[in-house]
Amino acid sequence: MIQCNGITKTYTDKKVLSGISFDIPDGQIFGLLGPSGAGKTTLIKILTGQLTFDEGSAMILQKNVKRLSGEDKKKIGIMMDQFGVYERLSCYDNLKVFADIYGTPKEKIMETLKLVGLEDAAKKPASALSKGMRVRLQLARVFMISPDVIFLDEPTTGLDPMTMKHIHKIILDKKKQGSTIFLTTHNMEEAAKLCDTVALLNEGVIVDSGAPDEICRRFNHQKKIVLHLKSGEDVELPHSKESAEKISKLLEADEVETIHSSEPTLETVFLELTGRKLEEDN
Amino acid sequence: MNNIFVVFKKQIKDTFTNKSVLLQVILYPIVTLLMENLIRTEGMSEHLYTKMFSAMYVGMTPLISMASIIAEEKEKNTLRVLMMSNVKPWQYLTGIGLYVWVIFMVGAGMMTISLNPANIPFYLLVMGLAAIVSIAVGACVGIITKNQMSATSQGSVIMLLLSFLPMLGMFNDAIGKAAHFVYTQHVRELLDEMSFSALKLDGAIIVAVNAVLAVGLFIAAYRKKGLE
Repeated sequence: MIQCNGITKTYTDKKVLSGISFDIPDGQIFGLLGPSGAGKTTLIKILTGQLTFDEGSAMILQKNVKRLSGEDKKKIGIMMDQFGVYERLSCYDNLKVFADIYGTPKEKIMETLKLVGLEDAAKKPASALSKGMRVRLQLARVFMISPDVIFLDEPTTGLDPMTMKHIHKIILDKKKQGSTIFLTTHNMEEAAKLCDTVALLNEGVIVDSGAPDEICRRFNHQKKIVLHLKSGEDVELPHSKESAEKISKLLEADEVETIHSSEPTLETVFLELTGRKLEEDN
Repeated sequence: MNNIFVVFKKQIKDTFTNKSVLLQVILYPIVTLLMENLIRTEGMSEHLYTKMFSAMYVGMTPLISMASIIAEEKEKNTLRVLMMSNVKPWQYLTGIGLYVWVIFMVGAGMMTISLNPANIPFYLLVMGLAAIVSIAVGACVGIITKNQMSATSQGSVIMLLLSFLPMLGMFNDAIGKAAHFVYTQHVRELLDEMSFSALKLDGAIIVAVNAVLAVGLFIAAYRKKGLE
């Protein structure tokens, strides 16, 4: 559905993307993880035909992104923080504009506002919305048209946990309905929860990619088990026969408060690969 | 066609909450009607205020409205969303242009209240045609400028030239000569006589050159900067 092959983009004095390649099959959620300034938004702009690139090729819906027709664009939904809403129009009227463009039935407007939890704000002007509500309105604009491909640029940044959870559910529902979703985020938990595949982007280069679990397992060098004892002491043990016996004894003596294996998270993998934190700029 | 209508409809809805555009549209007609009805001096030519303010209105309102709407959509990034939704630039510009023209004509209609009914079709025809030139100039300003504030400030300079030169030309010969090269001056002359016979050959050429120049500048600005 989305294919990238050796995409390179340079602004006057800086290479912002270098040799970006990936292939996203139909109906999958692909997560692009990276800190602010890594090149995530630039890549979305390239894939949606908003920005040209210097080298490589990019295909979407089996078409070169440089030659997307109007009908192709109608099959693509994009939510970017930079995309504005009509401040003076109500939430309903904001969606009505796009429902009219896409030929979406009127009933779908309220249905979508309800889906994102904005039904009570339907008549409210967008200027009166909180940041979270505004993000939900931007998402509603995308979800209303049921596109084949959805690009979400940091869709849950700044949202409260409840709203975030709600948005995650909608994204997973869209996947079930067959949409292919390209998601950028610097929230590793979000990526691990939603994405079938992730790519870790740092300074314009993909430093690793794969299924979140698979990446974490691959970087599990330490292979340690961490025990927190009732005495307050923390004990780290390697994967070994001796450790198994020691753990067994501690359990029998009812001295163990918690026990964890030490697989890395996407955050620690990113840190190991780049020396940077995913959320260091936020 | 559908997208043009969608853009037009969106603007109409926006008008009811956009006080600045609303004010631009109704300000001149209201001032004109007040002046026509309240201020009368002996020897004053008939419908002086309507004719004088009409030239100012046509030089100002379509230009500033068009420029500020485009600049605002660029600034707030709503234009990008429209473009990504397969609204073509020409569809957007036609939708906005049509909207500006319609609301301008509503204002022009209000200004005809004190006119002789027989002159109204001529008046509206002249105003409607001249507004198209102003809309093209406004589109240029909207395309060139980055945001609403610079659109208003830069547009104001052109707007002042177009709208005030004909009026100042009435009181100062030198300004009158300069105003001769501006289409709004000929709009005023046409409205003075309420007949196309008032338009001389040189005047017709100047109006045509103004129109071609406005459209040419618009095309050049669009080619250079696009809509985003």
